[in-house]
Amino acid sequence: MGLLDYFRSRRQNTAAIAKERLQILVAHERGERSRPSYLPMLQKEILEVIRKYVAVDQDAVTVTLEQDDNREILELNIVLPDRSEPTTGSGFVAVR
Amino acid sequence: MARIVVVTSGKGGVGKTTTAASFATGLALRGNRTVVIDFDVGLRNLDLIMGCERRVVYDFVNVINREANLNQALIRDKRCEELFILPASQTRDKEALTKQGVGAVLDELSETFEYIVCDSPAGIEHGATMAMYFADDAIVVTNPEVSSVRDSDRMLGILASKSRRAENNQNPIREYLLLSRYSPSRVKQGEMLSVEDVQEILSVYLLGVIPESKAVLNASNRGVPVIFDNESDAGQAYADVVGRYLGEDLPHRFLDIQKKGFLSRLFGG
Repeated sequence: MGLLDYFRSRRQNTAAIAKERLQILVAHERGERSRPSYLPMLQKEILEVIRKYVAVDQDAVTVTLEQDDNREILELNIVLPDRSEPTTGSGFVAVR
Repeated sequence: MARIVVVTSGKGGVGKTTTAASFATGLALRGNRTVVIDFDVGLRNLDLIMGCERRVVYDFVNVINREANLNQALIRDKRCEELFILPASQTRDKEALTKQGVGAVLDELSETFEYIVCDSPAGIEHGATMAMYFADDAIVVTNPEVSSVRDSDRMLGILASKSRRAENNQNPIREYLLLSRYSPSRVKQGEMLSVEDVQEILSVYLLGVIPESKAVLNASNRGVPVIFDNESDAGQAYADVVGRYLGEDLPHRFLDIQKKGFLSRLFGG
């Protein structure tokens, strides 16, 4: 490695790192912002109802909201303790 | 009816007051009757940047509390006929800005002014919320730096949801990006986010790019908005910003490294 290469390799493209970090962060934070405020409460109440009948863990219920152009998909994912397979995608589709 | 423009950013120290001062001055220099209001109650600085700190008698909070009327509190700029400054209070706290009080003052100003420029404090607390609540347009001042870009994105979210326009289901606030402290040479070396990078992340209309410039500190030292320094790069960039805001189609300047002549290289320019 020549002397020139030595100096070149020391100069990193930090702007590219900054851009990548920001793109990931901003996408994540926008997702959080657009979540309806009732989601955490909904998740908590669903968990309480399920726990009346089945002993499930605190983190057994996940509620996610996905959006595309003409609809929002509210996906409910419940992991039941006896079966190893989660019941996925059993949810409702809300069209807005 | 006046157009209300908020100059905001989230992050502090990115150039909000510099921008508010030059933008308001630029509008007034083109013959528009303009008032610029300092919303940073407790930490006022617009008066210093505008060079009228020794002429402050009454302030924004005095007007809200009806301890003075608007004519007593407004300071007419000495260099520009159509420009007025409404300074912030230095002694009260930000809670003195009530939504009702601010709304009433803006309504009264709307009767006689064409543009009302609101210089927002940093952060997303009460003062900043009040500065943006009534806005028609927002200039989001951003530096090409990670924390500033992130805060600007946060601010754009708040502008879209917590304004009078959002609450009344009116057309949303018009959002403009102003990138300041831009250094083309550092961008070229891969050390700084480029205009394109920031635009790609924030996806907001680019109102202008203000280059990192010695003229900005020299201007604030003297209490003269940098737009008056029409020989400087920053002054010219702000003049372009005002033109673009008013609908002129102007190319962006100062995005490339300024070539220095032999003499300026020798003596430092």
